[in-house]
Amino acid sequence: MTTDTGAVLALDGVTKTFPGVKALDGVRLELHAGEVTALIGENGAGKSTVVKILTGIYQPDGGSITIDGRPVRFPTAQAAADAGVTAIHQETVLFDELSVAENIFLGHAPRARFGLIDRRAMMNRARDILTGIGARIDPATRLKDLSIASRHLVAIARALSIDARVVIMDEPTAALSQTEIEELYTLVDQLKAQGKAILFISHKFDEIFRIADRFTVFRDGQFVGAGRMAEIDEAALVRMMVGRSVDQIFPKRAAKVGDEVLRVQGYCHPTEFDDITFTLRRGEILGFYGLVGAGRTEFMQSLIGITRPSKGVTRIDGTIRTIRSPAQAIEAGIVYVPEDRGKQGAILDMPIFQNVTLPSLGRTSRAGFTRMANEFALAREYTRRLDLRAAALDANVGTLSGGNQQKVVIAKWLAVKPRVIILDEPTKGIDIGSKAAVHEFMSELAAEGLSVIMVSSEIPEILGMSDRVIVMREGRIAAELAGADLTPETLVRYAAGIGRAA
Amino acid sequence: MTASPTGRIVPDRLASPTSRALKSWESLLALVAIAIFIANSFASPYFLDPWNLSDATFNFTEKAMIALAMALLIISGEIDLSVASIVALASTAMGLMMQAGFGTPAIVLTGLGTGLICGAFNGLLVTRLGLPSIVVTIGTMSLFRGISYIVLGDTAFTGYPASFGWFGQGYVVWVITVELAIFALLAVIYGIVLHKTNFGRGVYAAGNNPTAAMFSGVRVGRVKFILFLLTGLMSGLASVCLTSRLGSTRPSIGAGMELEVVTVVVLGGVSILGGSGSIPGVVIAALVMGLVTFGLGLLNVPGIVMSIVIGVLLIGVIALPRIWQKARAWKK
Repeated sequence: MTTDTGAVLALDGVTKTFPGVKALDGVRLELHAGEVTALIGENGAGKSTVVKILTGIYQPDGGSITIDGRPVRFPTAQAAADAGVTAIHQETVLFDELSVAENIFLGHAPRARFGLIDRRAMMNRARDILTGIGARIDPATRLKDLSIASRHLVAIARALSIDARVVIMDEPTAALSQTEIEELYTLVDQLKAQGKAILFISHKFDEIFRIADRFTVFRDGQFVGAGRMAEIDEAALVRMMVGRSVDQIFPKRAAKVGDEVLRVQGYCHPTEFDDITFTLRRGEILGFYGLVGAGRTEFMQSLIGITRPSKGVTRIDGTIRTIRSPAQAIEAGIVYVPEDRGKQGAILDMPIFQNVTLPSLGRTSRAGFTRMANEFALAREYTRRLDLRAAALDANVGTLSGGNQQKVVIAKWLAVKPRVIILDEPTKGIDIGSKAAVHEFMSELAAEGLSVIMVSSEIPEILGMSDRVIVMREGRIAAELAGADLTPETLVRYAAGIGRAA
Repeated sequence: MTASPTGRIVPDRLASPTSRALKSWESLLALVAIAIFIANSFASPYFLDPWNLSDATFNFTEKAMIALAMALLIISGEIDLSVASIVALASTAMGLMMQAGFGTPAIVLTGLGTGLICGAFNGLLVTRLGLPSIVVTIGTMSLFRGISYIVLGDTAFTGYPASFGWFGQGYVVWVITVELAIFALLAVIYGIVLHKTNFGRGVYAAGNNPTAAMFSGVRVGRVKFILFLLTGLMSGLASVCLTSRLGSTRPSIGAGMELEVVTVVVLGGVSILGGSGSIPGVVIAALVMGLVTFGLGLLNVPGIVMSIVIGVLLIGVIALPRIWQKARAWKK
């Protein structure tokens, strides 16, 4: 194959198959020195698989990887690092109890005599690297004493300490604030100036257009196209990603809002939230907006009995229900789709159908004995509704892409036939195509008479989907907004506490 | 509700249950068991004698009873290293009852009850206080046996009533011992509980991801507490059988048994990290262990060498699939 001149790293015809699923089907990817290449695709397009192949975690089933035109293989993570490929992951693994310098140089610390670690050299070099990226962090600090943002800088310093030619950034801005993101952009510019080839993976289009020079698009594990960012616009990229044009309009239907279903009165918690009172009606979508740390997730989890409120009453259809465990919440008809899918949502090493039926076992079983046929029937019904893409229903959830894992989790909760469904950041970290599908689905549920609570930090989503919005600030309800009051400005003002005087 | 028209048809299963079963760990273990059986029958002319085989079952029945409950406990993500000490404490308690003049039923109930109490103690510490089970049960391992040593010193309880001997020395029919019959019955019950009930599903869910299981309405703490109770109860039962078979109680009774129980469970394919494993696997693993020790015994191999063989067997069986995977990964 002919490659562009100057491609530092090139993948050609790379294929990777998992049981029943072709994660990558003969994909191409080229990274150039001093340039940022954005890898774009929906969840399940194969982006994470490419990263894992380039970092030696997965072995490709076919195709070639070349560095400077010479074929290479990465049988281990160490081999990839030795070849000059380094990655900053979505959640980089760092060690709390070690110092910043130790975290940076773990595995490749400078050595003194007898193979002992040369601590002074390590500290000095760590300081140099940190200064180089504009981070004012003492390399002797324990990692656990740093903020999330500073940890991120340590992760970046670690990537730079390996004299890398190729830097992979897998959703590096997911956990960062706006100022931190700006700092990251500056850093990327520095890396470019040093001639490093950068692979940048992100779901945020503004970000991609801000820093990428080139793009490559994957869809369903296949290469769709590549080119220069300067020669393409957002709409064209979206079309390539999803294979169809997506009108980024929120599909909110005018639902008939019916009788009151849920009434929450005076929910309090010693540290997390205080005096939360609201009602929710049939067919309504109630948005919960607020800054990160406003206590929304903590409140929702107390509503389903995970954390115990110090005070407060829940009424469903006018009757008081005491909910002190998720099992009781399920009985009362309130279900919660958590933000943290991997930890709180799916059980990755169990089959899809068993994940779906777990909270509904009372219905699929008889006298405590499981009924396989009923379980498959229930799982089939709900996964089909959500358009799940999987090899089989007895495949483990861990073999699915992030978006499809989320579908399994939502299917699990719908199968309970709830009265109230709480969705905590339902579209966080998923791509435009899947986002639209989730919104569409939410709308459909409300139209069918389900009451929806949507916790979201994205203003367009809150505005586009909610009938009514409750803004939380520092554990309290700052405002309840609907109709004409519901504007981006009011949301931000109440969430940040600026709107008090007005 | 309308089914989405674009909904893809996802098949229920990728492979048929039969072909899955054939490729499973349990089938491999069964092959190993058959191979050892055949090797034993060549190694010693006495091996195939029914009464000899019957004797051989004593090598594993008591441990295997505990292993059934331990398997569920390890699948749920916990472990109980105090089982052998529970055996000793239960046996001591039974001895005290016997000395006080109580009859066989009271003695047996005391043994089972002691097991339950010990299990409840472990379970409360782990599920209520949130302490790691490995630390808790290392502690109670010393504690329970320590009490036996204080009660007995270097003496022993002997003189159990004759009817008490039925559990460890009796036969149900022909060569089938009471212990083997109890174990077989329990194996079926545990198999059904783990593989065919909602409770069993909760055990797997708790072991794979306790947080997600809890969010899904599984009462994780309760499941684990019940499993500690069951493990205690099985240790009490094993104590009844072992004490009955030996006819005496010394404070060192059953010493080291916990490691053999864990060995059987792990050999049976239960992940030590929790979340996976099966009762058929554990049952076959118990047979393999019993056959190996009995075969070596027939060949007059000393006990120390026997423990080496069992260690090598365990590591070998666990390591082989990994080595095979690695070799295949490197070839590519």
